Amino acid sequence: MTHPPETTEATAAAPLATAPASAGSGDGGTGDEAGPTRGRWRGRRSYRGTVAPYGFLTPTFVLLLVLMVTPIAMVIGYSFVDRVIINPNSDFVGFENYAQVLGDPVFFKAVSNTAIFAGASVIAHFVLGMGFALMLNSPMISNRLKAVYRAIYILPWLFTVAIVAVLWRMLLSPNGIVNFFVTELGFAEEEIAWLSDPSLALPAITFINIWAGYPFFMVSLLAGLQGISSELYEAARLDRAGPVKQFFNVTLPQLKPIIISMALLDFIWTTQQFALIWMTTGGGPIDATEMVSTYTYKLAFSTYDFAVASASAVIIFLLSMTLAFFYVRHQKSRD
Amino acid sequence: MTATKTSLSAPTQLEVPTRAHVIRARKRKKAGLIAALTIGALFPALPVVWMLSSSFKPNGLIFEYPPRLITEGFSFDAYVAILTDPEKLRFFFNSYFIAGSVTILTLFVAVLAAYAFSRYEFKGKRIINVVVISVQAVPPITLLIPYFGLVVVLGLYNTYPGLILTYMVFTLPYAIIMMTGYFNTLPRELDEAVKVDGGSPWTALWRVLVPISVPGMVSVGVYTFMIAWNEYLFALTLTRTNDMRTVPIGIQLLMGQHAYDWNQMMAMSVLGCIPVLILFLFFQRYFIGGMTAGAVKA
Repeated sequence: MTHPPETTEATAAAPLATAPASAGSGDGGTGDEAGPTRGRWRGRRSYRGTVAPYGFLTPTFVLLLVLMVTPIAMVIGYSFVDRVIINPNSDFVGFENYAQVLGDPVFFKAVSNTAIFAGASVIAHFVLGMGFALMLNSPMISNRLKAVYRAIYILPWLFTVAIVAVLWRMLLSPNGIVNFFVTELGFAEEEIAWLSDPSLALPAITFINIWAGYPFFMVSLLAGLQGISSELYEAARLDRAGPVKQFFNVTLPQLKPIIISMALLDFIWTTQQFALIWMTTGGGPIDATEMVSTYTYKLAFSTYDFAVASASAVIIFLLSMTLAFFYVRHQKSRD
Repeated sequence: MTATKTSLSAPTQLEVPTRAHVIRARKRKKAGLIAALTIGALFPALPVVWMLSSSFKPNGLIFEYPPRLITEGFSFDAYVAILTDPEKLRFFFNSYFIAGSVTILTLFVAVLAAYAFSRYEFKGKRIINVVVISVQAVPPITLLIPYFGLVVVLGLYNTYPGLILTYMVFTLPYAIIMMTGYFNTLPRELDEAVKVDGGSPWTALWRVLVPISVPGMVSVGVYTFMIAWNEYLFALTLTRTNDMRTVPIGIQLLMGQHAYDWNQMMAMSVLGCIPVLILFLFFQRYFIGGMTAGAVKA
């Protein structure tokens, strides 16, 4: 699913190190124990050979089998036949559906739009999230003031993507508030149709996505910052390192594992974003904001070409799994 | 730089002016920081302020020129219109019911799975773990087409169970990972004691582990609730009639319905984020970092 508007509050008193999921790791919560206790209990009585764990996992197995493995098998099957779902007697057509998708210039437009949209979003999420997290982590301001600012900075997180879409449609409408400022401040002669101008629509929805998604980075980085030992900064100060040097030589390297994880996750989620695009531009104007998700959705539920849509869905699945591979590998290397 | 140098070599001589200087510099820095924080806060806050403001305006004044924060027709009409419309209240009921059910069911299944992951070594554990992690990256759009077929075949099209089961696929992996992490932090001796006394693992889990895992379960539950509350794509595709629609779809329906009742859309948006806001206000202590930890470690 897409960005969950996780409402997380990283209070100064309780950084990541005390968070439930990381309390056992003892490394400031940035690293290990992604899933099960790997090696932690090794050497103890480990109930090896009992069937009990499989019993406990049965509901999970059944759910994942019925709702994950079967559908994926189904969609792969669909992608190789003709006029699936609507025609009960469909024929095997091999890679014809794939050829149709891969021969469609709109599909490539969608892939490139998705890459731009996701790439720019992730970079901006990181920059904004890091900037805000650094400011919120400063020891110079009181905790109460921090709490107020933190609550404001987290605001976009409280809104589901449907709300974000509707809100920004209002703000960006030709006679909306954004255009009021743009024209009053002299940036433009006349009102701009942000979401219906082919050259502006993609930057506009990317901006909306940036607005909606940075708190996720900010909160994680804030938690990460609070986990960095102050001794490292003291050592850096003894070496006469200024704030900039401290940031690049202490902060960034310490946060690197979090940053890579977040960036990969964010990239995976953003490439799958559907609702925001569907509710703001619908992929238009003239494919300017067409994403792989909207492209596939339209094939299936607007033109009812489920077979070709399935081929497109399988291609997206393979691309996502490639990203997931890097993500899992990164998580493992941190164990 | 030079000041630091001299103060290091001759601290007594320069102590007084240096301290005064440092205090002044710190005050300046603090003022600068607060200014930067305030300017930065405009980015998230302005759209939200405008949303609130618009929800209290008569529809005709939403796009008035020049824009005003509070117009003459300030009223709760848009809220009243939504809260007295059974069709729209139904959207809210559906969202609460579906998100609540998903949360309870996900927690139950995830607790069982997490217990296996946390307390047992078994064949295939690593592979299952990798599968659970990768499942999070399966694009919803890939599953949508077969789900559409599957849900129709199972007779679950346009029903609550159809949506509830669907959402569980997306909430479960994360819930398992977070819950496993939480169980890992609890000493194994706790539940082993029960087994030594002849109790079953089932008893150990429900009598010992679950009661002390309430904070962990709250954070998983909140997360799950929010995923289900926010879901759009499947709610759009797997339901047909308005009495089965959820809040996100309801907001979108408003868009087409009465030629853009912007004030009502904004009011519905405000009402639509209330559950999230409440969860945030009441449970923030619980999910401090729990979610980010889960996400970062997922």
